[in-house]
Amino acid sequence: MQIHITSNDGVPIYLQIVNQVKYLVASGRLAPGEELPPIRVLAEQLLVNPNTVARAYRELETAGVVTKRRTAGTYVSRRGSPLDRRERLRILAGRVDALLAEARQMDVPIDQVLELIRRREEAMQRGANEE
Amino acid sequence: MSDAMTNAAAHTMRDMGEADCETVVQLDGVTRRFGSTTALEGVSLHVPRGTVFGLVGVNGAGKTTLLKHVLGLLKAQTGRVRVFGLDPVADPVGVLSKIGYLSEEKDLPDWMRVDELVHYSRAFYSSWDDRYAEELRQAFELDPARKIKQLSRGQRARTGLLVALAHRPEILVLDEPSTGLDPIVRRDILAAIIRTISEEGRTVLFSSHLLDEVDRVCDHVTMIDQGRIVLSGELDRIKGSYHCLTVRFDTPQSGPPTITGALAWQGARHEWTAVCNGRLGSLQAAVAQAGARIVDQRAPSLDEIFVAQVGRECPASEEGE
Repeated sequence: MQIHITSNDGVPIYLQIVNQVKYLVASGRLAPGEELPPIRVLAEQLLVNPNTVARAYRELETAGVVTKRRTAGTYVSRRGSPLDRRERLRILAGRVDALLAEARQMDVPIDQVLELIRRREEAMQRGANEE
Repeated sequence: MSDAMTNAAAHTMRDMGEADCETVVQLDGVTRRFGSTTALEGVSLHVPRGTVFGLVGVNGAGKTTLLKHVLGLLKAQTGRVRVFGLDPVADPVGVLSKIGYLSEEKDLPDWMRVDELVHYSRAFYSSWDDRYAEELRQAFELDPARKIKQLSRGQRARTGLLVALAHRPEILVLDEPSTGLDPIVRRDILAAIIRTISEEGRTVLFSSHLLDEVDRVCDHVTMIDQGRIVLSGELDRIKGSYHCLTVRFDTPQSGPPTITGALAWQGARHEWTAVCNGRLGSLQAAVAQAGARIVDQRAPSLDEIFVAQVGRECPASEEGE
């Protein structure tokens, strides 16, 4: 599992782990049912506090991205996010609003934003196929 | 959820807070003067068991003096020091047998060979673990027949780390362990810190001016400046209570705005940026009150918080050495 931690931009380390695992799952580089490294192993690999990794795993579990099996470790969920559709759309709407606000601030027209989203989606798909 | 349940939940949360955790190192109102210089002024801190506790500050801030009190190498002139409930000055054997210590100077006997130092050190600790010592020696690629005098700076640090770790101490105390070392040896030291606390109940207390290291491995951070504690708490809470805001005015301003909680402004005319301490809601209200709007908002790094709080930079690199 390839995760890169940076201490320069102020994003809490547990959140960097959460975001990157979500990305790895979304892009298919972590497959459903795949096991995540044990907390201690990932902590030593990333050189971060094991409590931080534990917190990231808890958040991922709450978000339904991973499931903890008793005594056996942490696995990528089989059924994807269990959040219902309305909740998912509500979360996404917030992100879209932020994106639109930024695009307006930078004078990027909506057509270009949509085009960019499509291009990024394709890039993500390609990343998945390279595995 | 009923109020009673909410209260019960809140109570449980409080119980999990630092106040109720077992304290392994405790300083209360410690003051220390060397001649007319005040090295520590009314320093109080509690290190809970099982945490990585980071002590940060510029050189000469008082970090080493503080750690020397923990080790019993200095006696508190005022105030009280307890390690596992013991006075480290009155009971050095009881305290030091539970501490693994690595100093910035890595002061090791130059005339000994690596194997001689290991043999010599093991005599001091009943908990010395021969197998672990050998495991570390191999992992650190230390030649047992080498004279310590002939070791490189990095190998010297690794030797010091081996001696500090091999008796599996309850607390690992590291004074500026990374100073002057290359990234590979720094990695070894960080990995040692992580392995130490992964083992149930062990505690790490370390000082550093490398804030990205502190950010990676610490649960608790205490910032010290000119012998005083300027900021102390759980790292997550500290980071959650600071915001880096950029505000914009419609008309150019001749000087920085006055906003409660803002620590040091940078900018000119229309746009100003500052690390601010406080709840985001109150800061937003204060900015609006001042006639500006927030155009950018992000979480500051620990480095930025330190600079804003102490008013000068923590030297980030090892170049002046």
